This record gives sequence, structure tokens and C-alpha cells, in this order.
Amino acid sequence: MANWTWFHRLGSPKWFYEKSGRWLRWLVPLTVLVLITGLVWGLAIAPPDAKQGHSVRIFYIHVPSAMLSLAAFYLMASAGAVGLIWRMKLAFVAMKCSAPIGAALTALALITGSIWGKPTWGTYWEWDAKLTSMLILFFLYLGVMALQEAYSDKQAGAKASAVLALVGTVNIPIIYKAADWWNTLHQPATFKFTEESSIDPSLAWPFWIMIVGFYGFFAVVLFLRMRNEILYSERRTQWVRALVKGE
Amino acid sequence: MSGGFTTILRRDLLLAMRRRGELANPLVFFLIVLTLVPLAVSPSPEQLAKIAPGIIWIMALLATLLSIDGLFQSDYRDGSLEQMIISPQPLWLIVLAKVLAHWLVTGLPLTLLSPLLGIMLSLPEAGYWPMVISLLVGTAALSLIGAIGAALTVALRRGGLLLSLVVTPLYMPVLVFGAGSVQRAVDGFSPDGPLLVVGALMALSLLLAPFACSGALKISMHG
Amino acid sequence: MTSTPLLQLSDISFERDDRLLFSAVNASVAAGDILQVSGDNGSGKTTLLKVIIGTLAPQSGDCLWRGTPVHQCALEYASELLYIGHQPGIKSTLTPEENLCWLQRLSLAEKSSHTIADALGKVGLVGYEDVPCHSLSAGQQRRVALARLYLSTVKLWILDEPFTAIDRQGVTQLEQCMQQHVSEGGAVILTTHQPLSIDGVKTLHLGAGHSKGEQ
Repeated sequence: MANWTWFHRLGSPKWFYEKSGRWLRWLVPLTVLVLITGLVWGLAIAPPDAKQGHSVRIFYIHVPSAMLSLAAFYLMASAGAVGLIWRMKLAFVAMKCSAPIGAALTALALITGSIWGKPTWGTYWEWDAKLTSMLILFFLYLGVMALQEAYSDKQAGAKASAVLALVGTVNIPIIYKAADWWNTLHQPATFKFTEESSIDPSLAWPFWIMIVGFYGFFAVVLFLRMRNEILYSERRTQWVRALVKGE
Repeated sequence: MSGGFTTILRRDLLLAMRRRGELANPLVFFLIVLTLVPLAVSPSPEQLAKIAPGIIWIMALLATLLSIDGLFQSDYRDGSLEQMIISPQPLWLIVLAKVLAHWLVTGLPLTLLSPLLGIMLSLPEAGYWPMVISLLVGTAALSLIGAIGAALTVALRRGGLLLSLVVTPLYMPVLVFGAGSVQRAVDGFSPDGPLLVVGALMALSLLLAPFACSGALKISMHG
Repeated sequence: MTSTPLLQLSDISFERDDRLLFSAVNASVAAGDILQVSGDNGSGKTTLLKVIIGTLAPQSGDCLWRGTPVHQCALEYASELLYIGHQPGIKSTLTPEENLCWLQRLSLAEKSSHTIADALGKVGLVGYEDVPCHSLSAGQQRRVALARLYLSTVKLWILDEPFTAIDRQGVTQLEQCMQQHVSEGGAVILTTHQPLSIDGVKTLHLGAGHSKGEQ
């Protein structure tokens, strides 16, 4: 039974609020450092691509945000599942707070993708398989957020959007496969969007750094949003009142 | 156990028969919107033939989406849904019966009507069988997936619009493989591959949707 | 005969939108009991009934059916329960007979000694068997739902405002029906604003005094 105490403490909003405050103290500077390193390396130091020139640099933003937007959806759905199964309040808070971040990252991936498309394809929007699945992922995020908002009972809204997120999780791999197949059915784009194998090792380092940086950024924003949400939903409790008066 | 299934299936079919006028609505929608296509695009058979597979599938999807909104709506309002939830019958079985009834009165007639639309949009001959088969199986998948959205939004006042927002992204794979199978047949390839995928998607939704729905309906009771 | 009561509510509290509707509700219902839940509008009577039938989950507390928490004996509990709510699940396009038929079959009920025609006769709807319910009056529609009581073979009846729109004669009949049920070892939980003319009714009052305290 002792094994479970940490789990239940993890579910306590107050405990999370105190802990996350301490985590943020080192997480924020670390993330800023990593992001700056990655950006400077990727945008200024790394050599331009032989075929695409400088436009390839946008990948240092595009690829990490695309990866994170997908990871955030899985994280959101897992949090929702934990909330549904163990009725843990904090899990629903995490789910609720990660949705807008994930949606914003998806939007960032779409925008950077279409900016990259202009010099490469000559248009801002090409119905490329990856971009199309990204767009549908964005719609899934919007659905989860809208459903949550629509319920007057917060708890019911959280549960309903958790179910939707789980259904979406089952669907995402199918959507990616479907988009791939669909793309080969109609004339495939002459230039594939990302070919992981074609990355030169000298370009790979700033990539990894940026990906780590984006994970850090996601965690920071998630924690900040969760802390905010906790303060609001627990505003009637003693400890929040004491906290507000004390500061 | 199957008592609940047949009871609800018979009840829902009876209810549908009592409102025969409403029954025809999705079909008429299907037909009317298709009439708009040549008016908006071009009446030239070559052009129509090119877009026919996609257009027919999109219309079938929209017709299902419009009608699925009412799947649990009236049962929620008059308390029937509450009776179903508290009954000793498994809720997923009841959901399955309701979805089957929905498919029998929308998906199946849409499928039967589709060859007529194929003629109107000058669909090439090779496309007819894949179209009928993909719609027959695909609309069942659409009903099942749509039921999840209907269950999630049943308690909301303006659920209809939200339902389409929630469900449409989930419909994407069925649409791609459904319309794709017809397209492939028209292009002179074998449509078997995508047809099998449509079947697999239907099987997967058959497996998961009833449980997701019954969970969602219980949550909706709190809304 | 003093075994465990049929239904026990222990320390039930319910919160909606951060507002405590009721807290620490305790009650026990044994075979032969009629429990009247009373309270002002908005005091949570209907909510309490929904907690009892299990469609709403309480923030804390338990419902025990014959001593076992209801979520552990859900199927057994469900098959001994009859609930008639504000919206009793009567489809307006179906006839009274069809409505009772599907509701009866859904509840997996054992064959009662009454037929549907008998039950409709008891609630004064002879001659309306084939009329769609939307052309019945509000009181008559209510009676269609209440006809389920005469068909019921289950132990526990949960009735939310059963007397709404029912005329005085109907109320008397309904009271007799409930008395008959409890005398056969059943139990009834109901909400109503009307005073009941039955002896030995237990009451449970919801309302004032259940304000939310500090956590």
C-alpha cells in the first residue's frame, strides 16, 4: 500500500502546486538556454542545404513543433485516461491545460510548413500527406477544446473531452496512414516534405537540441497553465487563500 | 441479454416508421445537394465523372452527419435514455441496436440510392460496384463513429454544430479509403485494397464505438 | 425479520459547480417502508433520486443495496429498481401499449400477474391503447408511465413527483397502489409536495443547514 501514497499525493493539487514551483526554478533557465543554443546553431551557424539553401532552416522550428504537437496529443489523452480511470483531478487539469498548447504548436507547425512551401513548391499550401494529417490533428484539438468548453459542468466537460481525446488517439495513426495512401493515389508531390535520412549529421545536432528545447518549453508552459488553473479551481480552499494573502 | 438489443432495435425502427417524413430527409438532402454540383461546377460529363466518386462520398458523409445528431437527442429529452442507462441490460448493446437502426434507415437507403446519383454525375461504369460496396460498409462505420460524437454532445444545447466539429476529423480515414476505392476502380486498378481497409475500419469502430458511446452517455447524464 | 435494510444511504453529499447541494444525507429504507424526500425547490430532491438510481455520482458517500455498495452489485440492483422521473421515457409517437411494452422488456421484468391491458385499465386509460401518446393530456401521459407500477415485480420504486398532473381520484389510487406494494415487502422512495394520506411514511428533509463549509 505504501507504494500508492506517492500516487495519491501526485493527485493533490496543493502538492503539485508546491512541487512545480520548485521545478520551474531550474526548468525555466535550462529551457531558455537550450532553446537559444539550438536557435543560434540552427539559424546562424549550421551550413545551408545544398538544394534548398537557407529555407531549410525553418525545419529547426517546424520539425520540433510538429513532433511536440503529436506528443502533446498523446500526453493529453493519457492524462484524460488517468483521470477517467483513477478519478484524479490533477490529471484532468493536465489534460485541459495541454490542449491549447498542443493546438498552438500544431498551428505553428502548419504555418512554418506553409512558409517553407512557398520557396520550395511555389505555393503556400500543398496537399502534402504530412501537412494534411497535421491539419486534421489541429481540428481534433479544436474539437477537444470546444467540447470541454461547451459543458456547463466542468467535471463532465473534462470527462467528455477525455473520451474524445482517447478516440482521437486511436484515430491518429489511421489518419496518418490514410493521408499517406491518399497522397500516392493522387500524383505524389514531386518533392517529399521531410526525408529524415537525408539530414546531414552536422545538421542533426541543432535538431536534437531544438527538440529537447521544445519539450522543455512545453513542460514550462504546461506547468504554468496548470498552476493557474489550480489556483482558480481551488480558490475557495484555505491554502490558496493563505497563499494569496501571504504574498 | 439479446432481449435488450431486439427490443431497442424494434422500438427505434417503429419510431422511424411513425415519422416517415423525417426518414426521407437525409435522402432528399443527398439528392438535392448533388443536383447543385453540376449547377455550380459544370454539366460536362467528363468533368463530373472526374469528381463523382469524391462528391458522392462527401454527400453520404454529410447526410450521415446531419442525421446522427438525433440519434440520442429525443431519448435524452423524454427520459428514455435514463431508463436505458439504469436498465439491467448492457448499455453498449443498446447503443449498438440504436446505431443499427440508424444505419438501416439512413446508410442503407443512401447506398441503394447511390447508383442513381452515379448516373446523374456520369460516374464511369467501373465505379458502380466499388461505390455500392464501399458505401454499404462505410456508412455503417460513419454511423458508429458519429454515434460517439452524438453521445458526447447529447446534453449540450447547441450540440449539432459541435457534433460536426468533433466527428468530421474522425471521419477522414473512412472518406479517404471509401472515395479512394471508387477512384481506383475508375482509374482502372483493383479497388480491393482500399475496400478491405474500409471493412477493417468498420470492424474497428464496431469494436470500440459501442463502449465509447456508453461511457459518453453516462458522462452526459452529468452535463 | 430485522435483517439488513434494502437500501442505505450513508453520508451522501453532492456538489455541482463548486456549490454544495446537500451533504451528509443518511437514510435507510427497509422492506415495507415509504420514504418521502421533501425540501424546497432547488434543494436537490431530484438530484438525490438520481444519485440513488446511479446516473449521478455523489462527491462522497455510498448507496448500499442489501448491505453492498451499489457499484459492486450493479446488475442485481438494476434489476430490482423501478424509476419514474420527471421525464418518464414515454415516446410521444408510440401508443401507451407500445411504450409499456418496450419499457417492460428493457427492464427484463419477470411476467407480472397483470397484463399491459390490465395496467392501462387500472390507470383509467381503457380505450386509449392505440392512441399515440402525443394526443393524450399531460395527466394521461403521466398515467401511462405510472401504469408501470402495476406491471412491476421489482422491490424498490423510486418516483419523482409521481402526482404531478394527476387528479384527486388518481392520487388516491396511486396511494393504494404504493401501500399494496409495501405490504408485499417492497419499498418506495418518492418526492412530492403533496401531503400523503398514508400512515407511517418516513421523511427525509433536504435543504437549509447544508451550506458549504471551508475545506
